[in-house]
Amino acid sequence: MLDSRFAKIGIFLAAAVAVERIAVLSGAGYLLTQLTMSAYYTLVALGLSLLMGYAGQISLGHAGFFAIGGYTSAALTTWDLSARHAEPVVAALSRAGVLVARAGAFGGDVLVVHPWPAFLCAVALSAAVAFLVGIPVLKLRGHYLAMATLGVGTILSSIAVGTAALGAADGISGVPPFDLVPGLLRVAGNAPVRIVNYYVAFGLLAAAMLLLSNLVWSRVGRALRAIHGAEDAASAMGVDVARYKLGTFVLSAVLAAVAGSLLTHFNAGIGPSEVSIMKSVRYVAIVAVGGMGSLWGAMAASLSLNFLSLRGYFGSLDDAVFGGILIAVMLFSPGGILSLDVRGAILALLRRVRPPRAPAPEPEDEAAAGDGVGVLGKEAGEEGR
Amino acid sequence: MALLEVSGISKRFGGVAAVQDVSFRVEPGMIKAIIGPNGAGKTTLFNLVSGFVPPDKGSVRLGGESIQGRRPHEVAARGLTRTFQHIKLFAGMTALENVMVGRHLRARSGFLSGMLHLPWARREDAAVRERAVEVMDLLGIAALAPLEATALSYGQQRAVELARALASDPRIVLLDEPAAGLNMRETRELAKLVSKIRDRGVTVLLVEHDMSLVMGISDEVLVLSYGEKIAEAAPREVQSDPEVVRIYLGDDGC
Amino acid sequence: MTGDLFLQFVIAGLTYGAIYAVVGIGFNIIYSATGIINFAQGEFVMLGGMTAVSLHTVLPIPLAIAGAVLVTMAVGALIEVALMRWLSGPSALRMIIITIGVSILVREAALLTWGQQVRSLPYFTGNEVTSFAIGGARVSPQVLWTVGACAAMVILVTVFFQWTMLGRQMRACAANRVAASLCGLPTRNLVTLSFALSAAMGALAGCVVSPITYTRYDIGAGLAIKGFTVAILGGLGNSLAAVAAGLVLGVVESFSVSLMPAAYKDAISIAVLLGILFVRPSGIFGEKEASRA
Repeated sequence: MLDSRFAKIGIFLAAAVAVERIAVLSGAGYLLTQLTMSAYYTLVALGLSLLMGYAGQISLGHAGFFAIGGYTSAALTTWDLSARHAEPVVAALSRAGVLVARAGAFGGDVLVVHPWPAFLCAVALSAAVAFLVGIPVLKLRGHYLAMATLGVGTILSSIAVGTAALGAADGISGVPPFDLVPGLLRVAGNAPVRIVNYYVAFGLLAAAMLLLSNLVWSRVGRALRAIHGAEDAASAMGVDVARYKLGTFVLSAVLAAVAGSLLTHFNAGIGPSEVSIMKSVRYVAIVAVGGMGSLWGAMAASLSLNFLSLRGYFGSLDDAVFGGILIAVMLFSPGGILSLDVRGAILALLRRVRPPRAPAPEPEDEAAAGDGVGVLGKEAGEEGR
Repeated sequence: MALLEVSGISKRFGGVAAVQDVSFRVEPGMIKAIIGPNGAGKTTLFNLVSGFVPPDKGSVRLGGESIQGRRPHEVAARGLTRTFQHIKLFAGMTALENVMVGRHLRARSGFLSGMLHLPWARREDAAVRERAVEVMDLLGIAALAPLEATALSYGQQRAVELARALASDPRIVLLDEPAAGLNMRETRELAKLVSKIRDRGVTVLLVEHDMSLVMGISDEVLVLSYGEKIAEAAPREVQSDPEVVRIYLGDDGC
Repeated sequence: MTGDLFLQFVIAGLTYGAIYAVVGIGFNIIYSATGIINFAQGEFVMLGGMTAVSLHTVLPIPLAIAGAVLVTMAVGALIEVALMRWLSGPSALRMIIITIGVSILVREAALLTWGQQVRSLPYFTGNEVTSFAIGGARVSPQVLWTVGACAAMVILVTVFFQWTMLGRQMRACAANRVAASLCGLPTRNLVTLSFALSAAMGALAGCVVSPITYTRYDIGAGLAIKGFTVAILGGLGNSLAAVAAGLVLGVVESFSVSLMPAAYKDAISIAVLLGILFVRPSGIFGEKEASRA
């Protein structure tokens, strides 16, 4: 099983190299920028796919965790502390190498946090928020869970828009490059390092894919699938359901924060659109298209849809496209488009256009809607009203 | 000392007293059966004991330790596992994987070691797999291992559920109507299996409707009616108890 | 804070609260009939306001409002006929995701039709500066229009469900769809009607409040979350409790502005929502319900 995992990731990396070569050799190297960004967004989608498909939990606020990562990195690496360099804490951090001086945008040196400690803070903060929010939120089900996560996302969004220190509606710009390995790997958006950045992003994506596929086939993954299959039975076997749901939530928040932090360095800034509810809904739409619980499906859907969106193919209909995708997937193929049964869907359509004479009360159509219905199919029976 | 000791346990749902002041003990190594007409509160009693439903009153002690207010997974960790009246296998997983989840408690690997695929986690998982196969072999269902669990026949699903409950080597296993939906032959096989489990040192508490199964294998029988304990004795005595005959056996036409 | 200012805040809060109450009742009507949380509920308010503004360029206000209500009702019914009707027995989550998709499409359509511009109807009586005194507070007559219209809607809906044949049929359908269907009730059409009815309520609320709060293509989502908060606060399905909850939320929000930056205003009501979900998901007035593990 492990061999096939490595093989898939090998093929994925080979494809990434091929795309890079073709793009550069055909003079379309500029496409790598959008591909790099898509790769970072895909990290978020992978985490969400794990959460929705395996732990069976929806999150309509995942852009919030991306934004916690991005905003923390942006704020720490741009807030100038040089005026307070005499304060003991600042001085000590400065000596420890946590703070670095660099040339400011308006001349003169500024004293800011080095990107590495900022990155670690960003990830830790996102994990901490996910942990604290997750404890109460993950006890909820169905539309209560959906609304609660939506609420959390909205609160994070209004904090970003309403806080002057975070740039309010303008966001934070002038975020410095991030030297992952000084002199070798630099996360920045300028053309000379475009190819390196492409490989950083896709390398990270491949690594995340490997780790998550390992997880799925481990004891924890088995427990998660068991929770999804029959929560009662899982807990009767000694699976601590709440803990595993929370662990998955935190893991997905960490992935989102890593993506948020690095993409913010790549873009040299972040704005409140990254934390909007629409963004969160978009991640959910992507995971839904790829199929709940299919990591490779989520990856394929995310890379292609994000790339098309970033290249502007959807024009001013960008949000509408994702809204439409969401409805279409939920109506016709809640298991993702890979599970789409085209012939069955057409037959069902015909049946409905010409309904049977006897009004059959409430037929059980759920089974026909495709297997692997995942998080969405499961609760039908629980909605006792 | 009794392995399981239930004293004065009560539970009301709305205005209905589902279980009322029931006490009983299960000694190590015995097969004990709880019988009673439909709606007598048997399944509720199971849910109370296994931590799925908190009792209004009364206490449950497992091996001398109170498991009052413990969640199901904590109860399981203390050596009590169960099956369900309506089979609850994990959909989308093979029979073997189902049984491996049953072995969850006997392994440690967490998120990090799982993601990193660490050697010790791999060895641990191999051991879990090996033990799961052993248990399935014991119940004579090793051949079902690679099949999708929820696609199996009803009797096979019952057996997989039983294997899953036994995989963690529990001290006591609670079987909720294990013969429900089984035919005569399957029921006879089940009776043999339950005795076999007990012979391997696992105490068994079962809720059952099928009188032939209960009377044949149980050491003690407890009779519930309308949430109250009516009788508790050896099978032969229970069968001749006039009260039991009146409220239960008479109605059921056995 | 002086008494007059206090009163001013209360009145502002009640105005918004009346709108939240109407949106909350809209949630309740659809929830009772179908078990669906219709996230597009807020879009009805937006759609009502925007359509009325457009119609008002050629029609007098009363006709423009009537037209807007009819248009929104049609949209509400269309959502049910085109999307919801197709699914039987799907999970709550699948339904809410579909309605979120619908709300995005409605919003984007509004953006394409009306642009990003803020719009509003003129004041029904007087103008922006017309006001009269209640206690020491200055109150615009439009506040009375809003509160009055919302109150009238609540009363009409209550009467409708309690005492009319159609209303009773809808309640029967809500209580037990299969049984209602077996008794010969056209349950499908009654569900469509519940969508149309809650759309109409939202639209009318959107019209009467438009002169005070203005309308923009993107106000729907915020109203939906608040309406849901109100519906939950009152216990899903309990409309009179939703009214009380709506007014309370409006007033709380109104006072929060005096303590915190206005940008955090939405965060307040959501924090209330989260607090209720965590502590008492069945609502303050509601009965216990299986909303959590």
